Amino acid sequence: MNNSSKLKRVLEGGGFAVTAECGPPKGANSDVVLKKAETLRNKVDAVNVTDNQTAIVRMSSIAACSLLKTAGLDPVLQMVVRDRNRIALQSDILGASALGIRNVLCLSGDHHIFGNQPQAMGVFDLDSIQFVQVVRTMRDEGKILGGDDLSQPPDLFIGAAANPFADPLDFRVIRLAKKIRAGADFIQTQCIYNLDRFERWMGMARDRGLPDKVYILGGITPLKSPSMAKYMKNKVSGMDIPDEIIKRMEGVPKDKQREEGIKICVETIQRLREIPGIKGIHVMAIEWEEVVGEIVERAGLLPRPVFD
Amino acid sequence: MITGEQKPIDEIMEMIAPYKRILVLGCASCVAECAAGGEKETAMLASTLRIAAKMRREDILIEEKTLDRQCVRDFVIPLDDIIEKYDAVLSLACGAGVQAVAEIFPEVPIIPALNTEFLGETRDQGYWVESCLGCGDCMLYHFGGICPLARCSKQLLNGPCGGSMDGRCEINPDVECAWHLIVDRLTKFGALDRLENIYPPKDWSRKQGGGPRKIVREDQQK
Repeated sequence: MNNSSKLKRVLEGGGFAVTAECGPPKGANSDVVLKKAETLRNKVDAVNVTDNQTAIVRMSSIAACSLLKTAGLDPVLQMVVRDRNRIALQSDILGASALGIRNVLCLSGDHHIFGNQPQAMGVFDLDSIQFVQVVRTMRDEGKILGGDDLSQPPDLFIGAAANPFADPLDFRVIRLAKKIRAGADFIQTQCIYNLDRFERWMGMARDRGLPDKVYILGGITPLKSPSMAKYMKNKVSGMDIPDEIIKRMEGVPKDKQREEGIKICVETIQRLREIPGIKGIHVMAIEWEEVVGEIVERAGLLPRPVFD
Repeated sequence: MITGEQKPIDEIMEMIAPYKRILVLGCASCVAECAAGGEKETAMLASTLRIAAKMRREDILIEEKTLDRQCVRDFVIPLDDIIEKYDAVLSLACGAGVQAVAEIFPEVPIIPALNTEFLGETRDQGYWVESCLGCGDCMLYHFGGICPLARCSKQLLNGPCGGSMDGRCEINPDVECAWHLIVDRLTKFGALDRLENIYPPKDWSRKQGGGPRKIVREDQQK
């Protein structure tokens, strides 16, 4: 079995990549992770595993990634700088590579005030851009921070996040450029509902030639109901959900709302595929992983490529 | 300045409960500026404690005094003449002042009446904000005079994060996004290109690498 990143092979082969998100359980049960793995098998190229998202304590991302890897999927290890200092982060990068994990997504992380441990000490020893640079140096130069040599460098496809909907807009593209310069191979964006703003951001990125230097995957989250849309608009930081999306969800009967949410996703994917520089999608179906296959199929993105 | 706020009165009463002769000791510097431990606040706290003792019909001596600075040895030493009268000192200084008094008078229990908060500025009447971490290696030049370590909730040196909306921080709309301020300020100076650089990881050894820090200046010593 080839042990390289499937995500990397799809993207480098010029394919339109599909990734999905898998949230680990609030417990030690491996069966929950393995069940989600079966739901996503053959529907996506790689599976992101979130790292204590919204600062709620869950099974560690590395452990859940290892379970997915053993089940034959290509995991993307999400790592936030909120909970670990530079010693722990570098150590976990080496451990992840040793476990056969081949993709990492370097993030700041949701602030701990939102989670179930608001009394925690936030670490933030590195920021996400510095972290990308550290992993890149470990991989390409075989060195850790400070210059010590590694006996074997980690083998990782390096990702970072971008939020085209946060402020200040003009600076968002400068920050994307910094992430690429730091060493990001791929970018996964915040959920896209405001396509006009997203296209503006992509236009600014193209003006700087950024899509030629990095693979950009657009974020997709299916809405289950108008109340979920409103909650995300008002309570989740960095979200931009236009009123017409909320009205559209409100305009259908309750038993058709999930179908409407799926339709919005499929339409969004069609429009994203038209945008020059978009190389794939990242589906974040929050605790609704079973819908990913349907969205991907209806968007015409099945079957997924198979490698030896 | 160092800011502080008075502890809840119940917590103070619990800490002083074992003592019968208490000196309530104010500090006329930083904590006076932030209206927590100056002469006025010291008088008010002493008076509150006296009334409470009277209500409980307890015979407790509570007296007050305010020093110019509790964190400077020369200002504390004169207490030597009166300290014997008391079996405890309730200090309204910052944590540094409390410890300086405790160091000079090791035989007397020194009880803190304030929670020391942060290094900050008085922005308006009754309004203080944190602005410095005391990191030991000032980076304000790079960031247009706004410190991302003290004022960004995630201490990003390459911000802003994806939670910045309308100039507000994701943790609370009352909190300004330090990075929004930095971007605005550097744009005004025509120096936004400074932020194209990737700022390397902070050298925290200047803050905590050698354990508790000290400054030794031989030119200032006798």
